[in-house]
Amino acid sequence: MDSATTLTSLIIALPLLGFLVNGLLGLSSKSFRQRKALIGTIANLTVFIPFAIAVYFFINMGQDSAPIFVELFTWIEVGSFSVDIAYQLDQLSILMTLVVTGVGFLIHMYSVGYMWEDEGYWKFFAYLNLFIFAMLNLVMADNLLLLFLGWEGVGLCSYLLIGFWYTDMANSAAGSKAFWYNRVGDFAFLVAMFLTFQHVGSLDFDIILSSLEAIPADDKFWIAFLMFIGATGKSAQIPLFVWLPDAMAGPTSVSALIHAATMVTSGIYLISRMSAMFVMSPEVMMIIAVIGALTAIVAATIALTQNDIKRVLAYSTVSQLGYMFLALGSGAFTAAMFHVVTHAFFKALLFLGSGSVIHAMEHVEHGLHEEGKDVHFDPQDMRFMGGLKEYMPSTYKTFLIATIAIAGIPPLAGFFSKDEILAFTFNAGFAGFAEPLYMVLWGVGIVTAFLTAFYMFRLTFGTFNGEFKLPEKISEAAGAEKHLHESPKSMTIPLWTLGGLSVVGGFLGVPNFLLSTFTHQEEHINLLHNWLYNVTADYELGLSHSVEWILMTVSIFVAVGGVYTAYRMYGSGATEESDAKLADRFGVFYETWKEKYSLDEFYEGLVVHPIVRWSDKGLAKFDMKIVDGVVNTVGGVVRLFGSVFRYVQTGVTSSYALALVLGVILVLSMLIL
Amino acid sequence: MDYLHDINAFLPGVIVALAGLVTITIDAYKNDHGSIYGLTVFSLLAGLILSVMDMFGPVGEAFTGMITYGGVSAFGSSVVLFGALFCVLISREYLSAIDHEYGEVYSLLLIATAGMLGLVSANNLIMIFIGIETMSICLYVLAGIIKGQKIGAEASLKYFLLGAFSTGFLLYGMALLYGATGSLYLTEIAEGASSDLLFIAGAALLLVGFFFKVSAVPFHMWTPDVYQGTPTTITAYMATASKSAAFVALLIVLSKMIPAETANWAGVIEVIAILTMVMGNLIAIVQDNIKRMLAYSSIAHAGYLLVGLAAGTPEGYSAVLFYLFAYTIMNIGAFGVVAYYERQQGLDFTDINNYVGLGFKKPLMGVLLSFFLFSLVGIPPFVGFVGKYLIFAAAINAGYIALAVILALASAASVYYYLRPMVYMYFKDPHKDVPLVRSGIVFRSTLVVLAALTLYFGIAFGDLHNLLSSFYTADWVTHLVGQ
Repeated sequence: MDSATTLTSLIIALPLLGFLVNGLLGLSSKSFRQRKALIGTIANLTVFIPFAIAVYFFINMGQDSAPIFVELFTWIEVGSFSVDIAYQLDQLSILMTLVVTGVGFLIHMYSVGYMWEDEGYWKFFAYLNLFIFAMLNLVMADNLLLLFLGWEGVGLCSYLLIGFWYTDMANSAAGSKAFWYNRVGDFAFLVAMFLTFQHVGSLDFDIILSSLEAIPADDKFWIAFLMFIGATGKSAQIPLFVWLPDAMAGPTSVSALIHAATMVTSGIYLISRMSAMFVMSPEVMMIIAVIGALTAIVAATIALTQNDIKRVLAYSTVSQLGYMFLALGSGAFTAAMFHVVTHAFFKALLFLGSGSVIHAMEHVEHGLHEEGKDVHFDPQDMRFMGGLKEYMPSTYKTFLIATIAIAGIPPLAGFFSKDEILAFTFNAGFAGFAEPLYMVLWGVGIVTAFLTAFYMFRLTFGTFNGEFKLPEKISEAAGAEKHLHESPKSMTIPLWTLGGLSVVGGFLGVPNFLLSTFTHQEEHINLLHNWLYNVTADYELGLSHSVEWILMTVSIFVAVGGVYTAYRMYGSGATEESDAKLADRFGVFYETWKEKYSLDEFYEGLVVHPIVRWSDKGLAKFDMKIVDGVVNTVGGVVRLFGSVFRYVQTGVTSSYALALVLGVILVLSMLIL
Repeated sequence: MDYLHDINAFLPGVIVALAGLVTITIDAYKNDHGSIYGLTVFSLLAGLILSVMDMFGPVGEAFTGMITYGGVSAFGSSVVLFGALFCVLISREYLSAIDHEYGEVYSLLLIATAGMLGLVSANNLIMIFIGIETMSICLYVLAGIIKGQKIGAEASLKYFLLGAFSTGFLLYGMALLYGATGSLYLTEIAEGASSDLLFIAGAALLLVGFFFKVSAVPFHMWTPDVYQGTPTTITAYMATASKSAAFVALLIVLSKMIPAETANWAGVIEVIAILTMVMGNLIAIVQDNIKRMLAYSSIAHAGYLLVGLAAGTPEGYSAVLFYLFAYTIMNIGAFGVVAYYERQQGLDFTDINNYVGLGFKKPLMGVLLSFFLFSLVGIPPFVGFVGKYLIFAAAINAGYIALAVILALASAASVYYYLRPMVYMYFKDPHKDVPLVRSGIVFRSTLVVLAALTLYFGIAFGDLHNLLSSFYTADWVTHLVGQ
């Protein structure tokens, strides 16, 4: 084995090892479950070492380096169909690996403190490591089937972790919901894979991408379209996004890792990986852009009205994912990946920060219980919060950094990535296909940018500014603020690290025109473009420098406008009063947003209810009477034969010998006659 | 220095046989079980490593053509030694737990293994006969190793009587074949093959002898009684190592000695395969004793293996070899967990009805048994699935559609009895609180390794399958054309 093979196997195998060790030992030994420091160390190391290896690969890989293929073994070989357990290390997969292991490691570290008192500590880390393993398979696979394996693996882990506190039925239901919505997408993805195999005869990325001309244009459309449907499931886009807000039932670090930073971006990764095929069907590109923009604005308007701190973040995630799809649909694959990276930083930070807040609020509840006060409140509801910045300075500062970053204020991470997406959408308005539509989408993007800045600052102000509202809401909880305290170091260190990344992350993708306007020649200061240009098939950016300057100015104004409006309305922490004003101003619209466009009810009525009804009235009877009847009859007959034949087994040796002789006669007669 | 080459070619057998003799001597003078056990494990391990290396080496003949080495023989030796080694590893704790650890268990096991190694390397009918008898006589004794136990004595005596009876057919068949062709060497017999009565009757009786050893229906009647009466870890050895040895020998005889065109043996094997699959699975369904259930299951698996042989193609043969390995791993594992439960006091833990709630008491053992049973059913990603799939594909490619369909239906029926212990273990409340003894570290880790192997070869089976197929590529063609 050469060193690349060894190191790649280590990246993949270590998280699996962590899963096996923590899972099997935890399963078999009760005393092991109590050794939380050991469990945490194992889980953290098995993610940190792969991260270190990924950094090593990253340092040794140039922007023009050829991909490294690592073939571990042949998995399936039937006729001409062959699938290897093989990995591909190129600029794109290294980028994703760095994000998955790096952010993953920080979240593992955070979870050590966050989950410390949970009974299922060992199980939690076993699942978390399994998730990292599956996710690494997804991003490093060199063929679609292995990617799909990782894709299903992360889906499984997501299901397990959403329903981690499974004794509460609502959590289990949320897990199932996520699973079912993903199945719809997965089915489309499978069909896309079949179609690909039918035309290309292989599922390896390099073979598919180098033999695209073998696929007829129509089928190219269908493959791309179905893959996109698969992506809408995993990456929570319209029409399949409703599972993600419910997925917040899981522990907060899970929301940060799986439902913000990594798993939900796998759809974007898939489309970037196959970008050479997607650009060949502009219709699909258009559909992707439309769905992305729609999702972005729909989720942003819902986020305005939510009071559950994690739900706001969940809708914000859906909305930001929508941005990424808008980027993909506008041919800005690099910009989409750029937003994946920056979003991983600031959204993971936001979730971890909200976890820190929830943690503190739960301690308040516990503290009150210990005082003998029977006070119950929802520790995630921001209407009970307010004024937390005094008590939780680290959490406040880092949360504020992340909020500024996501709002798109320069020069923090979110600004550059969002600005690039909007510039490319505008650019796609001159690309020759559905030009006016892309202009509209650009407008939608701008509005969403305003909304994002607004609702994120509403959340931050409502949580951290003003007075602590719990005592005034519930009179018994007077003096509850003395139970408020900052979270432990193992939780604040990841917060600050992610905070730092949210500040500087944007410099990965500083637009080229910022420099070339002054030097009057072509510049390449966009590091991410330099890094990915070989892998993704981006559209040419054909805008003049002055247009780019104008676009950038517009997005700065919009973001600042959003922040200012939020400050005017919510800066004092008067959340509910200002919400009431909003509701007045927007009337029916606000109601619609608050009801989440009634999408859940719509699906319930259109799909779930009819199926349940039909299953209950028709299929259940059919199943019980006919299917079970047939099965039971067959089973009964088989058992009957079995119980008759068993009497042949008399236990008498001479009858055995007789059977033997009969057998001899049978064989002889068959051969001779 | 020809004899050095010869000994080197049969080195695993020589090591194991010598170890058998040394352990008898130690047992006679010192009665030191520790060193006997250590020597047994060491010699089996050494033999296993040598055989595995031999698989990648050249193919040839030794001892004036009596035996062959490399290729199929080396793989057969590896499977036999693998089975013997893992059975020994789980035997010590089990036998001392039931208070019947005797030194001669190991000696007999080693000598039986040496006989199996001769059997899988045989290139001559006499060698086959010596191999089978060395193996069988040791097994007769092992079946009744627990002195004074009625059920063991019954098993041993039945096995011996019926075994002797079947050996008569085997030897008569060999004599007829010698009469027909004038040779005892497999390849020379193939050259002298004809369709006259003498030859065909000889071949038929030879087949009968093998059918008995692999417990094909209707020559299977001894199996449940013997498997039930024998100490469980020894049963595991009988069910895996001895069956694998017999199957490899049958495969060698069919592929080398009896050309399909002179005798319609594929038809016979087809009928026997159907009978074996159907009867094995049907009767397994109604068993309440888990050892008897596993005995019928092993009969059913013999049926699946015969399907691969009936196909008679290189693909079928390599599938059979793969299946033997898969079968060995998962069966030792299943018998191992049964042995663990069986040594518990208080209830008869060979009765499946007493498995209620056990899965939660010792979670590791429950999970392990589930692994092995799932693998026996043939559910991916376990190795049993791959084995069954390969045989299924070989049967279809060779045109035996009916066989393939029956195989699929029989496997479907088998789900019932394999899942039944799991249903009892996980879905029923324990009726009485029986404390379970903790198993030793060697015992446990042996089973964990086996479980890991069922998973590993269920996923990464490509390399092994390619290796097995390579035995039948170049050599196979020259062999057929050259004769």
